[in-house]
Amino acid sequence: MSIEVRDLSKRFGAFQALDDVSLTFNSGELVALLGPSGCGKTTLLRIIAGLEYADTGAVLLAGEDATATHVRERGVGFVFQHYALFRHMTVFDNVAFGLSVRPRRLRPDKGDIARRVHRLLELVQLDWLADRYPDQLSGGQRQRIALARALAVEPRVLLLDEPFGALDARVRKDLRAWLRRLHDELHVTSVFVTHDQEEALEVADRVVVINQGRVEQVGTPQEIYNSPATPFVYGFIGDANRLSGQAAAGWADFHGLRVAAPEFGQSEPRPVTGYIRPHDIELKSEGGTGVAGRVESVAQVGAALRISVRVGESAPSLQVELPHHGGHWPFAVGQAVHARPRAGRVFAG
Amino acid sequence: MATLEINVSRVTERAVSEAPWLRRLLVGIALVFLLAFLLVPLFLVFREAFSQGARVYLAALSNPDARHAIKLTLTAAAVAVPLNVIFGLAAAWAISKFRFRGKQVMITLIDLPFAVSPVIAGLIYVLLFGSRGWLGPWLENNGLHIIYAVPGIVLATVFVTFPFVARELIPVMQEQGVTHEEAALTLGAGGWQTFWRVTLPSVKWGLLYGVILCNARAMGEFGAVSVVSGHIRGKTNTLPLHVEILYNEYEFAAAFACASLLALLAVATLIAKSALEYKHQRDRERSLRAAARQEEP
Repeated sequence: MSIEVRDLSKRFGAFQALDDVSLTFNSGELVALLGPSGCGKTTLLRIIAGLEYADTGAVLLAGEDATATHVRERGVGFVFQHYALFRHMTVFDNVAFGLSVRPRRLRPDKGDIARRVHRLLELVQLDWLADRYPDQLSGGQRQRIALARALAVEPRVLLLDEPFGALDARVRKDLRAWLRRLHDELHVTSVFVTHDQEEALEVADRVVVINQGRVEQVGTPQEIYNSPATPFVYGFIGDANRLSGQAAAGWADFHGLRVAAPEFGQSEPRPVTGYIRPHDIELKSEGGTGVAGRVESVAQVGAALRISVRVGESAPSLQVELPHHGGHWPFAVGQAVHARPRAGRVFAG
Repeated sequence: MATLEINVSRVTERAVSEAPWLRRLLVGIALVFLLAFLLVPLFLVFREAFSQGARVYLAALSNPDARHAIKLTLTAAAVAVPLNVIFGLAAAWAISKFRFRGKQVMITLIDLPFAVSPVIAGLIYVLLFGSRGWLGPWLENNGLHIIYAVPGIVLATVFVTFPFVARELIPVMQEQGVTHEEAALTLGAGGWQTFWRVTLPSVKWGLLYGVILCNARAMGEFGAVSVVSGHIRGKTNTLPLHVEILYNEYEFAAAFACASLLALLAVATLIAKSALEYKHQRDRERSLRAAARQEEP
């Protein structure tokens, strides 16, 4: 089922949590709401769920206005950041809760509920934990039980608030891949909130980048990473060298580093800010067309070399990343090099 | 290896705690106080109660006035405790789950009965419902008796026990926040279902604890009840008031016999409270042990 939000705004006192947000989530899609903490992404998720109400704007579920629909009737499955499992109930009772609170005429009989709960527990691969209490589970297991509980009511959309936020790095990676597979199996429209760009880029079909209550960019993970639309997205997604310089006649110059800037075709120079990915900078030890500099430090991180280069006295150090497959480091500290950007993005100001 | 570990733990124990003599001194002071102010008096109550034999003891308790006092005390508690549970749950729910103006004022107001002397509490009701009070003439004309009658005693008891359940529940509920209720809502539960199946079970220990304390206070209250009761034997005397009357009439054995009932109630309350704490603790430990034992597949 599709979700659409139109012109949503929400204030908490003096704090503008959401500022005129309009978005569409297509049926069957897995979308990430990505942004720094306090950017309004969780508020947006809660408004879609009906746990919070917007000051202005509308929420449409499957094309129908659901702004005034109670959370009970919206048919959303919500997975809370800290799972919110009922501590006094077993895993089985937790998952069965949504079915057992239905009005009598809609409630499946006991055997039916048991069958459905066990099917869900099998789906999240935790059938053997049915009699445990939430206290007795690990973080990753609780997360999966919370998901099974949300799915038990056969929600039309699944909303997940920082689903992996409280887990350690290893479990987080496993669960991420697992969530993706599960989504491919179920095809229920899902929206999850995260502040972790890697998580968003790896798992989601589409990513919505939010900052200070506004949508910065919407796109596939590739679009978001390869062509960030705003300076914020450039800084937030992946690493980038942020440089100030001047642009004129289709080119921007940053301390000698030249980047194509077709939107700045005017003849008199204007101040600009440039963003260059570390792996978009070419280093040559001899000659070359780039700007001359000196290697300040070299470090190996996994299969990459991170090199810091100083170009000129007033310029900040340039971060460069090169693929590295073992063996000798091609550059040493103190060595004279030439740096040339292969790509970059220029914004006014 | 084992001896090494023991040494290490001893060294760290010394490093993080006080000197042994200081610890013994502090524990000793606490024990002496407990003995002098609690255990010796408790023992004396029972010794005095049985000083003239078991027959006098039983006679004192089966005296019609004494039996009426016991009944009245139980009645007051039977009304005050359920009212307190309802009020406590409502207040704690409102304070911990909703955002509203004047919340802090409300929390302070709940504590008011703790802050004012019980005698003042009794006087408030005399001023309100007494024959010269605000509502006194109207009540009299309609044949309603509150002061120097059972309703006054119940009112005074309700007033002084007012904060107990709410006080126990507010911190528990505040700590738990609203996410469990929100989870229940998204799963389709209604307000009552959420209350009975999610909220109430999660605060049951705090609630039971509050009920026990509230009950103890309701049965033991003296000051406020004394003001509104009028001390009419066989009519408006509660057990604590009855004890005082007997004592003032030099019927020490009977007075202490009745007092021993109240003391027994206190002891039973303490035992119930420790049993609850013990069970709660054991539940937690058991689930933690099970969690530690369990392995990821």
